[in-house]
Amino acid sequence: MANLENLYREVIMEHYKNPRNKGLVEGLGYHIKHIKNPSCGDDVTIQTKCNEGVIEDCRFEGSGCSICCASASVLTETMIGKKVEEAEAIAHNYLKMVSNESIDPSIDLEEAEVFAGVRLFPARIKCASISWKAFLETIKK
Amino acid sequence: MSNPNWRQEFPQIKNGLVYLDSAAMSLKPQRVIDAIDHYYQDLSVNIHRGLYPISVEATDLYEQTREDVATYINSEVEEIVFTRGTTSSLNLVASSYGLANLNEGDEIIVSELEHHSSYLPWFEIAKKTKSVIKFVPLTKEGRITVDHFKTVLTEKTKIVALTYVSNVMGFITPVKEIVKLAHSIGAIAVIDGAQALPHLKVDVKELDLDFLAFSAHKMLGPTGVGILYGKKVLLDRMDPIEFGGDMNDDVTLTDATYKDTPYKFEAGTMPVAGIIAFSDTIEYFNRYSVKEIESYCMELHIYALNQLKEIEGIEIYNPNSDTAIISYNLKNVPPHDAVTYYADQNICMRAGQHCAKLVTRFLGIQSCLRVSFYLYNNKEDVDRFVSTTKEAISFFKNMGF
Repeated sequence: MANLENLYREVIMEHYKNPRNKGLVEGLGYHIKHIKNPSCGDDVTIQTKCNEGVIEDCRFEGSGCSICCASASVLTETMIGKKVEEAEAIAHNYLKMVSNESIDPSIDLEEAEVFAGVRLFPARIKCASISWKAFLETIKK
Repeated sequence: MSNPNWRQEFPQIKNGLVYLDSAAMSLKPQRVIDAIDHYYQDLSVNIHRGLYPISVEATDLYEQTREDVATYINSEVEEIVFTRGTTSSLNLVASSYGLANLNEGDEIIVSELEHHSSYLPWFEIAKKTKSVIKFVPLTKEGRITVDHFKTVLTEKTKIVALTYVSNVMGFITPVKEIVKLAHSIGAIAVIDGAQALPHLKVDVKELDLDFLAFSAHKMLGPTGVGILYGKKVLLDRMDPIEFGGDMNDDVTLTDATYKDTPYKFEAGTMPVAGIIAFSDTIEYFNRYSVKEIESYCMELHIYALNQLKEIEGIEIYNPNSDTAIISYNLKNVPPHDAVTYYADQNICMRAGQHCAKLVTRFLGIQSCLRVSFYLYNNKEDVDRFVSTTKEAISFFKNMGF
């Protein structure tokens, strides 16, 4: 039960209920990636705009479980303003963290750290990963 | 009434496991595991080829299963084709019979209750043959009725591909009347029996079925084994879709001929161990009639349903299910969040679209939770499920859902 409470940290619930940067926008220079998990219904689209090597905007649209939606919201807040290389390193580190693989402690995951509880729930790794994987696709060169 | 033997025959039930996902996969009784063990420990050789005693024994056991299945569903022995599962069985009918017999403008009747394996093979064949998919309009509750079926049956209908029991709603399709109507205009019926065989006694002659597909793993049998029953006259007219070892008769530089039904459909090395062990499953159903099993499952089902209905904060999508399946959601809680709570308590159930996206679409939901009861469950399982449901509701409420 303690693990479960740790999974649904306040910050996660707050993002789930009040998602940031939700809703896609029209505009030039955005890269977009849509990923679906057909077995559970998670469905996320990530939209990213880079300008001179910096993530200028990052947005999401989608539906799914709380972990899926909150991790998309946290992703967007984490990434806006980051250099692309930095953003990429954070995303890879985050994906390792939720998969319970060893991470690079020198990389600050900032608020995304709250998803550390996911690693004790292997069935939920996909939920926490889907939007971050989509994000990596949007910044692929 | 529960039979005291049932639960104890399933070695998987230990350490407080509450298994409520039988509609996806049933547990296996010890005797089925022993039969698989016997094959690997003592035989472990191929069938139909060896001329030595252990191969002869393996072949005999393999063919014994065919006889047992035929007797069980009241077909002829040669009308039983072994496959990898219901999915393979239905794909075989669509890719062989469907491709050869459908023409532009012909109609295939399906329903929104179909599992993807009873819909996608026909969807693809329809594209290839330019035939047309038609959906039986479901009742408000989500049922296929004879009257609704009549509204889509036309002179152009060639195939009626329907589920016997819905894997999400648990409703039983009035197959006998529908097949009769289909035959009256010369169409053939392909019935997905994956959810039916674990719960109903199916007599293919009485129902006059043309094709029936089902899987061993949903009825206490091993994984990787399926059955396609087909009327011999239809199977004889069908070409194999897989070519290779064992299924051929003669091969020359310029020609090849193939074995008779059903062997022409069993190419390569089949899942011999599983097929042999499936005989023990059939024996199980012969020993404890499926009617007896089903009435016990429904007893548990009603016991669970009556308690669930009293709980605030639950939405049940099939309160009138004919079989022991409950599809529901906790209000305001995405099913994947909810299922994690149950899983944490060692209660196994399903959350998602259940390979039946047309059903969740019909219900107007993304996905849902599903529990299903089988003969090895007991009232204590239901009690734990119900009390965990109540705890989950208050947990998620406290978390802010």
